[in-house]
Amino acid sequence: MRETPERSEAFAELALPLFDSLYNFACWLAQDRVEAEDLVQETYAKALGGYSSFEPGTNFRAWIFRILRNTFLNSRSERAATRTVAWEEDETAAAELGQITEETPESILLQQWNQEAIREAIGNLPVPFREVLLQADVEEMAYREISQALDIPVGTVMSRLARARKLLRTELQGRIVRA
Amino acid sequence: MACDLWRDKLDAFVDGELSAETQRGFDEHLRVCPSCAAGIATRTQLKIAVKRAALRRYAPSAQFRRKIEAQFLPEKRARRTAWIWLPAAGLAAAILLAAVWIARRPAAVSGAPTLSEIVDVHVAALASANPVDIVSTDLHTVKPWFEGKLPFAVNLPDLTNTPFSLLGGRIAYLNQKPGAGLLFQFRKHRLSVFVFQDSAQWKHLGPQDKPEQRASFWVETFRGSGLRYFVIGDTSAENVEQLSNLMKGASGAE
Repeated sequence: MRETPERSEAFAELALPLFDSLYNFACWLAQDRVEAEDLVQETYAKALGGYSSFEPGTNFRAWIFRILRNTFLNSRSERAATRTVAWEEDETAAAELGQITEETPESILLQQWNQEAIREAIGNLPVPFREVLLQADVEEMAYREISQALDIPVGTVMSRLARARKLLRTELQGRIVRA
Repeated sequence: MACDLWRDKLDAFVDGELSAETQRGFDEHLRVCPSCAAGIATRTQLKIAVKRAALRRYAPSAQFRRKIEAQFLPEKRARRTAWIWLPAAGLAAAILLAAVWIARRPAAVSGAPTLSEIVDVHVAALASANPVDIVSTDLHTVKPWFEGKLPFAVNLPDLTNTPFSLLGGRIAYLNQKPGAGLLFQFRKHRLSVFVFQDSAQWKHLGPQDKPEQRASFWVETFRGSGLRYFVIGDTSAENVEQLSNLMKGASGAE
């Protein structure tokens, strides 16, 4: 369907305010600014092209984040596909998280983490955990919104997020011990 | 054991995803369970730390922003047919300019006292032995300090990778109204940000494009979400503008 000026204007009103968030998220996913720019540009192009399929009143942010994420995964399809399968299987391990007993006052050592250490640790997370963590904590998306953006059930959002945070805590506490 | 019931809800608690009823039950449990309370504390700290570290970690270049806007921001249809209306538009613009000029004259005069008062409040704070009531460089300490003291919340920017640092906050008064006074440091200079509930008496101030100079200080004012912001410092217009932009980013103001 050819884009009318009215449709393009409606799209720009919704999409352009998300530019900074999309770019930041793309950089965190790709960990490369040039690739991130390509991702964002392609995301906007795809979103505008498919805007007629977007249902007004539904969650535009989740919709366009989903396009960006799928574009990213497609751009590195083979590796991503392999890893995604492995990580999906690993979801079952998340059920065991309920028995973790690391909640001690020593975990207050969190305060010692500097921002660079946290950024490195986030960057080292596998993509499925990195993206769910960023959407929950940085974009402050609700679980339902994340489930739409990542195209996974809410239960998987919860287990994946718990696992992401566990991985992050373990990594950061390991850094403190090593230091 | 009661913890088994709650432990897998720790993340949902921190993310505000529990139903009101479950939340109340969890609150009761936390009063008697140090382990779950520690779990909440850890997760809350981690959530805050992740946001501080990752939010706006990567900012797009101005060039890339222009490229995207040029590509996806459609030209207004009016612009495409503007040539038809050029003569009439020219006359209308002249009339409008004259009207704006007339309308702004008293505003500019009445705006001067407000900005001058802001200068006074800022100078008085700097002259004080205790320029801030809450001394902290942590925005997550300063922001909650205002809770209960002001009828609005003050959103503070993440100052990571900026030349500014937060020194603390205090309650400030302007025209007998309480507001938030925030003190920031830039090298050896101190800048203030004052936030008040917006009022019709400040309508004439409008949003400024650039800081204005008042008694050797640079002052910028803008509004957003029902609040009026004043940013003031003696360093340079660029610094004041930079701090203003950080506050705008944190508050969603225009």
